[in-house]
Amino acid sequence: MTDIKYLKSGGHWRRWFIGLAVVAVVVALLPLLFGSPFAVAVMTQMGIAIVFALSYNMLLGQGGMLSFGHAVYFGFGGYFAIHVMNYLSDSGVPIPLPFLPVFGGLAGLLLGLCLGSFSTRRAGTVFAMISLGLGELMFSAGNIFSRFFGGEEGISGDRTGPVEFFGFNFAREIQVYYLVAFWVLAAGFLIYLYTRTPVGRLSNAVRDNEERLEFIGYSQRNIRLITLAGSGLFAGIAGSLTAIAYEILTVEALSGHTSGNVLVMTFLGGVGVFFGPIIGAIVLNLLSTVLSTLTTLWLLYLGILFLFIVLFLPGGIASLIMMHRPVLATGRLKSLLVPYLMAALYGVILLSGLIGLLEMAHFAKFAAVGNTTMEFLGWVLDIETVLPWALFGGLAVAGVVLIKKHIPVVAAAYHDAVTGGIAQDAKGKVGEAEA
Amino acid sequence: MEITLFSLLNGLVYGLLLFMLSSGLTLIFSMMGVLNFAHASFYMLGAYFAYTISAKIGFWPGVVIAPLLVGLLGALVERYGLRYVHKSGHVAELIFTFGLAFLLEEVVAFIWGKENVGYVGPEAMSEPLFTLFNINFPIYKGFMLLVSVAIFIFLLVMLTKSRVGLIIQAAITHPHTTATLGHNVPLVFMLVFGVGTGLAGLAGVIAGPVMGTYPGMAVDLGSIVFVVVVIGGLGSLVGAFVASLLIGFIQTFAIAIDVGMQDLLDWFGLSYGWDHWASDLWALTLPQVGPLLPYLLLVLVLIFRPTGLMGKRET
Repeated sequence: MTDIKYLKSGGHWRRWFIGLAVVAVVVALLPLLFGSPFAVAVMTQMGIAIVFALSYNMLLGQGGMLSFGHAVYFGFGGYFAIHVMNYLSDSGVPIPLPFLPVFGGLAGLLLGLCLGSFSTRRAGTVFAMISLGLGELMFSAGNIFSRFFGGEEGISGDRTGPVEFFGFNFAREIQVYYLVAFWVLAAGFLIYLYTRTPVGRLSNAVRDNEERLEFIGYSQRNIRLITLAGSGLFAGIAGSLTAIAYEILTVEALSGHTSGNVLVMTFLGGVGVFFGPIIGAIVLNLLSTVLSTLTTLWLLYLGILFLFIVLFLPGGIASLIMMHRPVLATGRLKSLLVPYLMAALYGVILLSGLIGLLEMAHFAKFAAVGNTTMEFLGWVLDIETVLPWALFGGLAVAGVVLIKKHIPVVAAAYHDAVTGGIAQDAKGKVGEAEA
Repeated sequence: MEITLFSLLNGLVYGLLLFMLSSGLTLIFSMMGVLNFAHASFYMLGAYFAYTISAKIGFWPGVVIAPLLVGLLGALVERYGLRYVHKSGHVAELIFTFGLAFLLEEVVAFIWGKENVGYVGPEAMSEPLFTLFNINFPIYKGFMLLVSVAIFIFLLVMLTKSRVGLIIQAAITHPHTTATLGHNVPLVFMLVFGVGTGLAGLAGVIAGPVMGTYPGMAVDLGSIVFVVVVIGGLGSLVGAFVASLLIGFIQTFAIAIDVGMQDLLDWFGLSYGWDHWASDLWALTLPQVGPLLPYLLLVLVLIFRPTGLMGKRET
């Protein structure tokens, strides 16, 4: 009911269009801040990952369907797009490059309809297993059908081939960035709109209680099929953007590795909130581009982080942010600043200790014989002396002790911040309610 | 003739290896309703533990100690990990085991490196057990067969005849009733998880020297084991056994028999000369499609017979 009121009042939409405009301006200005070719490339990659993760969350977060084979739609859309790109280059049909994702998206949608026609019969583990099987099938097929998938070399294209778009031929990376940025905004907005439509709401209902939904008279299977097809559409768009940005697609795009990657980033960011996957895509891409240049152990850290989130923060990073909405309402965000800063400090102490130990242990085991000095964050350490081991060990132990002591402090501060205002304004009422 | 015979033998060895992995997984799956994505990671851990132990005190102590260690680790994972995420539902459990598999691969690469470690079986066992058509069948493969068959018999007898086995069977189908009757079902779960992962560890210990011991070995075998469990049917040991052998034979025969669509066309006296995006279809050979046959079977089974070959319940 409240939603219908929202729709009629229009205020809700005004707020959203303003939000979208602000995001658009920020995205447009980002290259001025981070203008290096590396930064632009990373941001382009992030944009593609955002669309892919948002499409994945249509399944996992909105529809409650865990897929281990989402790369199928991403890769197929991408392959289709690059074939269309080559066709446009060869034939000169006047369709400019920015429209390419439409084709890739439609390919993803069609594939979603085809595969979904039998895979969406059941949710849960069955769907997860079928998606895994289909993912492996498609990946194997990618290796076999080398005419369409290009075998090991993949299929390459030339994005400057299609006709120019208002004078832009997209030879420069920055133009590709803006093309990707446009599609990220468009896809993000459309996916958000989708969550607001009756079908989007019904896919939430399928996730929460499929039996009741059947009693109301809806087919859970059809709703899952629509969800999968929609998700395939946006995954196909993400795949097309890959085709545009890298001008090549290999079977890696169809692999279980790509499917696992999108699962990790979506869950890391948070499946329960719309913007969760966006955070996840940004964080994972930062880790994989920045952290991987610093250490060879970054996948180990990512694995630890992922398992930590699954165990202790199942709502992902976004749930940390959402936790503070009630605090925002009571207006006591400031009171949390000091406890949080302390927590961050202790966290840094603990992490630097642990990471130092891990890096040194790894170096001790795999460095060339006789080489005992390693560089860590600009320091030169001799791993055969006791000092660095003692230092990092001490940091790790101190971090554990401090954090253990600090957790109740943070919890109390958070509790105060959430309830503090009410408790002061209406102590009597709260007491009554509790009694 | 010799190709058929040796494919049969190799298929048997490979199938029984799959069975060692899938027997534990199918019990875990049917009890907890969650497919343990990390099951093959315990197989990998078994191989690596055995490698380290065999380098220190020899191969045979490794065969005994490594599976015990892996089983202990598995029980701990169930007690402190899986049981903890259980309250968030099956999807959370699947994601947890997925994350665990990811982490274990990285941990193994961290400790033992990314390359294949030189884990080998005892030298005396590389001698041929028998020689047929000038092809040797090493004693070690015979030993693998023996161990897997012994495990199958042991599990079957334990599950159907012993008291613990009966409680496990009861807990698979009616966990609540079993708990009401005073049995400690969570403890049973933990034990089954420990034994299941221990069996996977044992499979790793004896397969490591043959299949190679490297960080990717879990991923390479992991999804095939799921296929076996789903095709065999939930909680059905016999189903897992049959499906393991089936997949084992399919895999080895598909590699050994070099026929393709071209032969099919020749059979009918047809020829195909068109050239378009799907023309690869007419050049397919059986060794090419071999790797995807198990997954095709998985999808077909899930669509047409969700209970699997021998299962009584839907997945």
